[in-house]
Amino acid sequence: MAQDSTTILTMTGISKAFPGVQALSDVDFALRQGEIHALMGENGAGKSTLIKVLTGVERPDTGVIMLDGREIQAKSPLQAQAQGISTVYQEINLCPNLSVAENILLGREPRRLGGIDWHALNKRAAEILRRLEVEIDVSQSVGMYPVAIQQMVAISRALDVSAKALILDEPTSSLSAHETDKLFAVMEKLKSEGLGIIFVTHFLDQVYRVTDRITVLRNGKLVGTYPTAELSRVELVAHMIGRELSDLEAVGRYKTRVVEHDHAARVVEARDFGRIGGMKPFDLDLYAGEVVGMAGLLGSGRTETANLLFGVDQPDSGNLTVEGKKVTHHAPLQSIHMGMGYCPEDRKADGIVGDLTVRENIILALQASQGWFQYINPAKQYAIADKYIELLDISTPTADQLIKNLSGGNQQKVILARWLATEPEILILDEPTRGIDVGVKAEIQKLVLTLAQEGKTCVFISSELDEVLRTSHRVLVLRDQEIVAELGMDDLNEQTIMQIIAGDTHDEPL
Amino acid sequence: MKRTPHIDRKYLPLMVTIALFIGLYLYGMVQYRGFSSPQVFYNLLIDNAFLIITSIGMTFVILAGGIDLSVGAMIAFTTVLSAYMLENLGLSPILVIPGVLLFGVLFGATMGAIIHFFKVQPFIVTLAGMFFARGMCFVISTDAITISDPFYRAVALYRIPVFGTGFISINVVIVLIVLLAALYLAHLTRFGRTVYAIGGNEQSALLMGLPVARTKILVYMLNGFCSALAGVVFSIYMLSGYGLYTNGLELEAIASVVIGGTMLTGGVGYVIGTVFGVLIQGLIQTIIMFQGTLNSWWTKIVVGLLTLVFIGLQSAFNSPRFIRRAEARAIRAEADPALEAAK
Repeated sequence: MAQDSTTILTMTGISKAFPGVQALSDVDFALRQGEIHALMGENGAGKSTLIKVLTGVERPDTGVIMLDGREIQAKSPLQAQAQGISTVYQEINLCPNLSVAENILLGREPRRLGGIDWHALNKRAAEILRRLEVEIDVSQSVGMYPVAIQQMVAISRALDVSAKALILDEPTSSLSAHETDKLFAVMEKLKSEGLGIIFVTHFLDQVYRVTDRITVLRNGKLVGTYPTAELSRVELVAHMIGRELSDLEAVGRYKTRVVEHDHAARVVEARDFGRIGGMKPFDLDLYAGEVVGMAGLLGSGRTETANLLFGVDQPDSGNLTVEGKKVTHHAPLQSIHMGMGYCPEDRKADGIVGDLTVRENIILALQASQGWFQYINPAKQYAIADKYIELLDISTPTADQLIKNLSGGNQQKVILARWLATEPEILILDEPTRGIDVGVKAEIQKLVLTLAQEGKTCVFISSELDEVLRTSHRVLVLRDQEIVAELGMDDLNEQTIMQIIAGDTHDEPL
Repeated sequence: MKRTPHIDRKYLPLMVTIALFIGLYLYGMVQYRGFSSPQVFYNLLIDNAFLIITSIGMTFVILAGGIDLSVGAMIAFTTVLSAYMLENLGLSPILVIPGVLLFGVLFGATMGAIIHFFKVQPFIVTLAGMFFARGMCFVISTDAITISDPFYRAVALYRIPVFGTGFISINVVIVLIVLLAALYLAHLTRFGRTVYAIGGNEQSALLMGLPVARTKILVYMLNGFCSALAGVVFSIYMLSGYGLYTNGLELEAIASVVIGGTMLTGGVGYVIGTVFGVLIQGLIQTIIMFQGTLNSWWTKIVVGLLTLVFIGLQSAFNSPRFIRRAEARAIRAEADPALEAAK
């Protein structure tokens, strides 16, 4: 801990409700001078809402925010900045077309003779960056530099507006290990200068490397604030996913076991397959008739793996073979032709087309796979739509209802129907049950198992461990963008998976 | 963390534009007698003075991520309004010129305010502005009005000798003043840099605390001023006002900006590039004139092709693949400098 441990920022009793969700209820948070404070939690825990409240993007329903003993309530990010709270977002807010120097000093440029003094501007920007031990040509456009440098530029800008508290929102998610080291060095330096840093991340290793304290949120509630040195990884994971430590203490050591498979039935073979900033190169085999679960924390690389397999993202290394054929062109349409289907995680953004009808949404992937010139005639479209509406028990008055008027669970079923209609051999489901009620969840899980029985392959990604366990024949555990373990039937239990997610258990006290 | 990117890709389109201009000029000089006379170059400036002025205004609009379709109609309207006030109302040029310029500024401000505060697409707002201005021309006069004002005539006929090699008109002097002012605005003022920032990423500009609203409206005001000034220059050049003048000129201005290397998506480009964009169009016309047998409409065809080529170049320079490759290279170099150096 830093020498000076006075609290500079406190948030007390913060609550915030959005229509239908209590995003935050009665959350307390305190940041000290000269500390790095991790804010942790799974999806929907309320981290981002807390940050938004702090930075003036959202206004809390109740609660008080004090900075330096004064009550503040920023109405905009700009005001928050002026009061001394600066944020560096994951999608870095810079103007990529302008020079590094301008991005740091825009709005506060040094001037001379009625014009911008470019020489002084570049000199000052270089000095500010040097404080972070970054030496680059500040007259180049910022878009030419890698994300790591852009991040340093964004931090420099934040610091130059004289920040007291700096929020780093997922700063390391697209950095290489080496770049992350540099960022951490900078964070340590700023900490020693007395700055309070809130560090939002999903990487457990990083939390243990740099933070002094950890605050865990779950379902909009505060779980607790702990000194990092006194909280074991397994305890942290247990807090995040809401399991008791006593559950874990009974656990023995685990053993990874490769499940025996009939090699003739291997449908997907990935070798050394990876993407810089997405997933570290991995090997993966999928066999016909099995459900393969993927477990891991948010940001561990689950969705990235799915995107790579389906060709949404281009791999940087390795190769992929589907049904014995090597994939040469990684693109979703190609994957559909090879018999793959993919229900993405964010159905609102990536899945449904809100202004189309249920029928049109169901037919979408099938039509795409047949080519747009082989129009599926309306009678056949209705037949297909009605078949899946009945099969999946989608509650909609007619097939012509706009999909945006359906409930979340029914929208999810429509997306499932869309892929089932293409009769895929391999179906990747990313969080298929998020935000839908228990009854529908069970139906979807059952459907996945039925598909496997029919000889199809399903990849089942979910944050809910019990669900992964219930539906999968085999579970891949991911951590920090790496597949760290593969568990067969016999080893499948929650405790084992949690320990693997938490990292090496043998060097941590339990 | 010292690292120097290879070439800043923002300069590439500008370099291509200037190279094209020089190339075309050399071609003309080799092919045709008399092309190397300095007066050919001066005439380029004289004949395109109004287009350069309005294209400079357009550059700011496009840099800020907008578009303005009203400039051609605004120029025509300015010529008609000026001619009407001079001839039919008998007003002095001392009143007429500031009057029409002020009208241009107000017209731009209105469009800018509608675009910003009502969040309407600039395309739609300025399209409406275009129809309005074009229609207003004929409300004032359906026929061409000849300008016989002695001041206008004197300015139109005055020749300024240049190093004894030829002459330029007063309009060219106005162009040079506008150009210098525009370069100053774009590169040495907070306004100019904010224009670039908005074009680069409006959301970021807002979060950086820059005056986005004010700057966006100012950009359309500036362009309104430039189109009105181009109208004044054009009425001096033609010595008349007519509602059918400069039909479709807004598109020529946009083409000049694009050929000059400015990205239609905003944020990247240079005022000086736009000047070369206009001069390239003028040069093609001159070459076709010297050639003698080709129809002058070929100019349009060549300009169309060039616009296409330049848009293609821009997307090539900004394609994710081009950028990703550069980034991947940088990441590898960072991770293993020795390996990269060995390559």
